[in-house]
Amino acid sequence: MENIYLTIALSPLVGAILAGFFGTILGKTATHMLTILGVLISTVLSLYVFNYHVLEQGEIFNQNLYTWMQINNLNVSVGFLIDNLTAVMLVVVSFVSLMVHIYTIGYMHDDTGYTRFFSYISLFTFSMFMLVMSNNFMQLFFGWEAVGLVSYLLIGFWHHKESAVQANLKAFLVNRVGDFGFLLGIGLVLAFSGSLDYMEVFSSLGKTMNQQLWGLDLITIICLLLFVGAMGKSAQVPLHVWLPGSMEGPTPISALIHAATMVTAGIFMVSRMSPMFELSDVALTVVMIVGAMTALFMGLLGIVQNDIKKVVAYSTLSQLGYMTVALGVSAYSVAIFHLMTHAFFKALLFLGAGSVIVAMHHQQDIRKMGGLRKKMPITYWTALIGTLALIGFPGFAGFYSKDMIIEAVHFSTLPYASWVYVAVVVGVFITAFYSLRMFFLVFHGESRVDAHTAKHLHESTPSMTFPLIALAIPSLLIGYFTIEPMLFNGWLDNAITVVPSHTSMAELKHEFFSAASMISHAIQTLPFWMMIGGVASAWVFSIYRTQWADWAQKKCHRTNYVLESLYGFDRFNDIVFVSGVKKLGNLLYKVSDVGLIDKVLVNGSAKLIGFIGKIVRPIQTGYVYHYAFFMIVSLLIILTWALFAGDNPLLEL
Amino acid sequence: MENSLLSLLIWLPIFSGILVIFIGNNRANTVRWVSVIISILVFMMSLSLYTGFDSSTHLMQFVEKSSWISQFNIHYHIGVDGISMPLIILTTFSTILVIVAGWEVITRRSAHYMAAFLMMEGLIIGVFSSLDAILFYAFWEASLIPMLLIIGIWGGDNRVYAAIKFFLYTFLGSVFMLVSLIYMYNKGGSFSILDMHNLELSLAEQSYIFWAFFMAFAVKVPMFPVHTWLPDAHVQAPTGGSVILAAIMLKMGGYGFFRFSLPITPDASLEFSEVIIVLSLIAIVYIGFVALVQRDMKKLIAYSSISHMGFVTLGVFTLFLAYQPNAMEGALLGLEGAMVQMISHGFISAAMFLVVGVLYDRLHSREISTYGGVINSMPKFTGFAVLFAMANAGLPGTSGFVGEFMVILGAIQANIWYGVLAASTLIVGAAYTLWMVKRVFWGVVTNPCVATLKDINAREFSMLAILAVAVLVMGLYPQPVIELMHTSIEHLLHQALTSKL
Repeated sequence: MENIYLTIALSPLVGAILAGFFGTILGKTATHMLTILGVLISTVLSLYVFNYHVLEQGEIFNQNLYTWMQINNLNVSVGFLIDNLTAVMLVVVSFVSLMVHIYTIGYMHDDTGYTRFFSYISLFTFSMFMLVMSNNFMQLFFGWEAVGLVSYLLIGFWHHKESAVQANLKAFLVNRVGDFGFLLGIGLVLAFSGSLDYMEVFSSLGKTMNQQLWGLDLITIICLLLFVGAMGKSAQVPLHVWLPGSMEGPTPISALIHAATMVTAGIFMVSRMSPMFELSDVALTVVMIVGAMTALFMGLLGIVQNDIKKVVAYSTLSQLGYMTVALGVSAYSVAIFHLMTHAFFKALLFLGAGSVIVAMHHQQDIRKMGGLRKKMPITYWTALIGTLALIGFPGFAGFYSKDMIIEAVHFSTLPYASWVYVAVVVGVFITAFYSLRMFFLVFHGESRVDAHTAKHLHESTPSMTFPLIALAIPSLLIGYFTIEPMLFNGWLDNAITVVPSHTSMAELKHEFFSAASMISHAIQTLPFWMMIGGVASAWVFSIYRTQWADWAQKKCHRTNYVLESLYGFDRFNDIVFVSGVKKLGNLLYKVSDVGLIDKVLVNGSAKLIGFIGKIVRPIQTGYVYHYAFFMIVSLLIILTWALFAGDNPLLEL
Repeated sequence: MENSLLSLLIWLPIFSGILVIFIGNNRANTVRWVSVIISILVFMMSLSLYTGFDSSTHLMQFVEKSSWISQFNIHYHIGVDGISMPLIILTTFSTILVIVAGWEVITRRSAHYMAAFLMMEGLIIGVFSSLDAILFYAFWEASLIPMLLIIGIWGGDNRVYAAIKFFLYTFLGSVFMLVSLIYMYNKGGSFSILDMHNLELSLAEQSYIFWAFFMAFAVKVPMFPVHTWLPDAHVQAPTGGSVILAAIMLKMGGYGFFRFSLPITPDASLEFSEVIIVLSLIAIVYIGFVALVQRDMKKLIAYSSISHMGFVTLGVFTLFLAYQPNAMEGALLGLEGAMVQMISHGFISAAMFLVVGVLYDRLHSREISTYGGVINSMPKFTGFAVLFAMANAGLPGTSGFVGEFMVILGAIQANIWYGVLAASTLIVGAAYTLWMVKRVFWGVVTNPCVATLKDINAREFSMLAILAVAVLVMGLYPQPVIELMHTSIEHLLHQALTSKL
C-alpha cells in the first residue's frame, strides 16, 4: 500500500514540476494533459484507498518514509498516517482538484500564464495531500504552509492587478498570524510529550494533567494555540479578513483552494487532534463560539455584496463557521461530513459563478446580470442544485450536514450552546436569503446585461460544463447516501475520539432513524421554515418588488453602513497593524537605531576621540625645547608631590 | 595529501590569490578563469573533508600540529570537528558564488578583486580550523583586511566611511579577546584551544573572559546593540562582499560562541545566558520592525540578517534553560538549530544579496521604489527571487525553516515567552520580506527602465539555481547535516553543562 500512497501524493508533484519547468516547451495541450493525468491517477488511487480503508475496513497505515531530523530520542520524520479520515479527505481533495483541473482548460484558455497556472494547482494538490496524509506535526506544518504559499501565488496570479498583489500579501500575513499560534502550539506539544508524532503525542496526553500555563490547563492552552492556526487557515473571525480578498485570484482556484480544500484544513486539523480537544471544554467552547460568530456575522455580509464571487466567498466563511461550530460541540464527524458536502456544492457554485463570469466577459456585478437562465441552461441547473444544497433544501447534500450540525448544537451541554443554537438557526435564514438573492439576480428576472455582452452571451464550453455536472451529482446525492455510515456506522471512528461526557453525537444517533425519514420529518423543524422564509424574502426583494430592497436599504442605512464597511475589520487592521507597525518601525529605526545607537554611541565615540585629539594636538609641536620644558615642569610637579604627599612612596624607591 | 588537506585548503587559495595578482588586471579573462577554477578545486577538496569525516566522534580530525613560535608555546595546530567542518564547506561553496557573481561586473582592478576573495577564503578556513588561540587570532584579524579592501575599493559612494567603521568596530571587539587569550596562556601555559577548554577558572575570571569574548563575537554576529556597522557595510560593499560578509563572516561570531564561550566559560555562560537571550530576542523582534521600514533593499536584507542571526545566539544560550537532566533534546534542539541556522543563513543571505546584485547591475539602484513589476520583464529571475524570499521568511521545505523551527522549539522548552517572541518572526519576517517582493517584483511597471530589463543570463541563472537547490535540499532533508554535527554538539553540551568551579 505504501507505494499507492506515495503515488497519490507524488503524481501531482511530478505534474507540477513538468508543467512549471517545461510548460513553455511542452505547449498548452501537453501541459494540461500531463497535470490532469497526474491528478487523475491520484483520484483513482484515492478511490481505491477509500474502498480499502473505509469500505473494507483495512488496517490503519502509519509509517515513516524518511527521517527528517533525529536528535537523540527525538525523531521527526516525513511519514503517512492513512486512516478513514485521511481516506475521505483524499477523495474529496483529489476529486475536486480533478474537476478544477478540467475546468481550467476552458476558463484560462486565453491566459498567458496557462501552463504556470496548471503547475500551481497541481503543486497545491500535492501540498494538500501532504497535509492530510501527515502522521506528525512537522509535516502537517509543512503542508499547512505549502498550501499557503500556493494560495499566495495564485491570489496574485494576475500580478499586474494592484488589488491582487495587495490581497495575496494580506492573505499570507494573516495566515502567518494563525501559523504563529499554531507553531507555538506545536512547540508546547513537543515540550510536554517529547515527540511530534501524532500517535506518540496522543498516547502521552496524560502528562499534561495538572499542568498549568498562564492560569489555564496546559492542554487548554495548547488546543487554543492550535486553534489559532485553524482560525487563520479556515478564516474564522477575526482572522477571516484575507478570504474575501483572495477572490482576486482566478475563479478555479477560488473553488479549489478558497472554498473546497485549503480553507477546510483547519477543520481537518482540529478533527485530527480530537483526542486533545476533547480534554478541554474551555477550548471547545471557544471553538464553538468563534464558529458561531463566523457563521452568523459573515453570512450577514453576504447579503449586501454585489460581486458574484464575494457573495459566494462570504457564504464560504459562514459555512466554515458552521463546521467550526460542529467541532466545538464534539461532533467532529459531522464537521467532516459538512466539509465533504460543502466541498462539492461550494466548488460547484464557484465554478458556476466562473462560468457566468466568462460568459459576461469578466463582469462580476450581479446587478448587471439577470435572466441568464435561458442562455446558460447547464450552468443554471447545476447552480440551482448547488444553491439548494447550500441552503439545506431537504434531500440535498447540504441539508443533511447542516441539519446535523444544528441538531448537534441543540444537544450540546457546553455553556452558551443555547445562544449558538440561535445563531446557527438564524444563519439558515440568512444563507437562504443571500443565496437565492444572488441566484435570482443572476438567472431570473429581467436582463440587465449591456447590449454588447448580451449579443455574445452563450453557454460555456464542455470542458467547463462537464465539471459542473460532475459536481452537481454529489451535491445532490452524497448526503443521502453517506450520512448514515459516516456519522452513525463508524466510518470515522478509528480517527476521531469523543469522550463519553460529550453526548451530542450519541444523542444524534439515538434520534436518527434514516436518511429518507429526515426529509419527511424536516417540515416539522424550525430550520426548514427558516430556510423557506429566506427563500421567500429573497424572492420578494429581488424579483417580486425590487424597489422594496432599495427602500429597506435606505430605511436601515446604519445597519447597511455597518455591513458594507464589513464591520470595520479592514479599517481597524489598516490603522492599527499596517500604519501602526510602519510607524513603530520608523520610530525604532530613526530614533533608536540611527539616532541613539549609531549617531550618539558609535559615531559619538569616534567624535569624542577626535575631540580629545584636537585638544591634545597643539601640545605636540615638534620643537625639542617645548618637550624639554614640559619634561622639566612635569618632573618638578611630580617630585614636589612626592616630597609633600603622605608617606612618600616614591622616595622609597 | 590526507594529512595536509586542511593546510592545503588554507594556503592554496591564499597563494593562488598572490598568483592572480601577478597575472595582472589587464588580463581580466585569465584572472576570472584561474580564480573560478581554483575556487572549484578548493571546493572539491573541501568535500573530501566531508567524505573522510567520522561523525561518530567529537575529537578533532584532520589534525596537523607543528611548532610555530616555540618561546611562547604557540603552534601551527589545525583540525576540524562537526562544528567547524560544515562552516568550512560553506566557505568554499560561497567563494565560488562570489567569483562567478563578480564575473563581468567587476571591470576595475579585477585581478585584485578576485585575489582578495581567494585570500579571504583561505584566511576564513584558517579561522574555522585553528586549534591554537594565537593562530586563530591571527587568521581572525587577517580576514578583516581583504574585506576592508573590498568595501573600500569596490564599494559604493560612502565606501570609506563604511570600510573604516567595519574595521574599527570589529577590531575593537577582538582586542579584548586577545587580552583574555593571553591571560589564559599566563595561567595555563598553553595557547591550545583544547587546553583552554579544560583550564580551571573561577567565576570572576570566567565572567571577565566571557564578556571579552562577547565583545569580539557579538560584534561579528552582529548582536544588538553592536550591529550598526552591518547595514552600512552591506550597503556600501559590492555584491560579492555582501555575500561573503553575510554568508561567512557573520558565522565567525557564531562559531566563536560555540568554540570559545561555551566550553571555556561554562559557568559565566550560564550566569549571563539570560542577558544574551534578551539581546537575541531584541535582535529578532526589534530589528524585524526596523527592517520593515527600509527603503534600500540591501539595508533591508542586512537588517533581516541581524534578525536571523539572533536565532543563532538564542539557540546557543537557551541550552541552560531548556536542558533537563533526563532529556537533552531541548538543549540540543537549540544548539543544533543554531548551527543549522548559520548554514542556512549562509545560503539564503547569499542568495538574497545576489538577487539584489542582479538588479543593481542592471539599474544601479538599490532603492525599492525604483522597481515594481520586475516580473514582467524578468520572469525567471522573479521565480528565484520569490523562492529565496520565501526561504528568508522561513517557509517549511526551505532551509530557512529548519533552523528557526528547531530554535523556536528549543526556546519554548526554556521559557514559553522566549518562544512567543522568537516565533513572532513568522509574522514580521514574512511581512518585511514579502512586502519588498510585492513592491519590487509584482505590480505593473511604473519605471520605464524596468520594462527594458533583460532576464538573467546563463551565469546568473546557474549561480541562483545552485543556491536554490541547496536551500531546498537542506529544507527537505536536513538530517545529513544534523547527523554530521550531532556528536560534536553533544560533546559541547556536555562541556557547557560541566561546571569548572
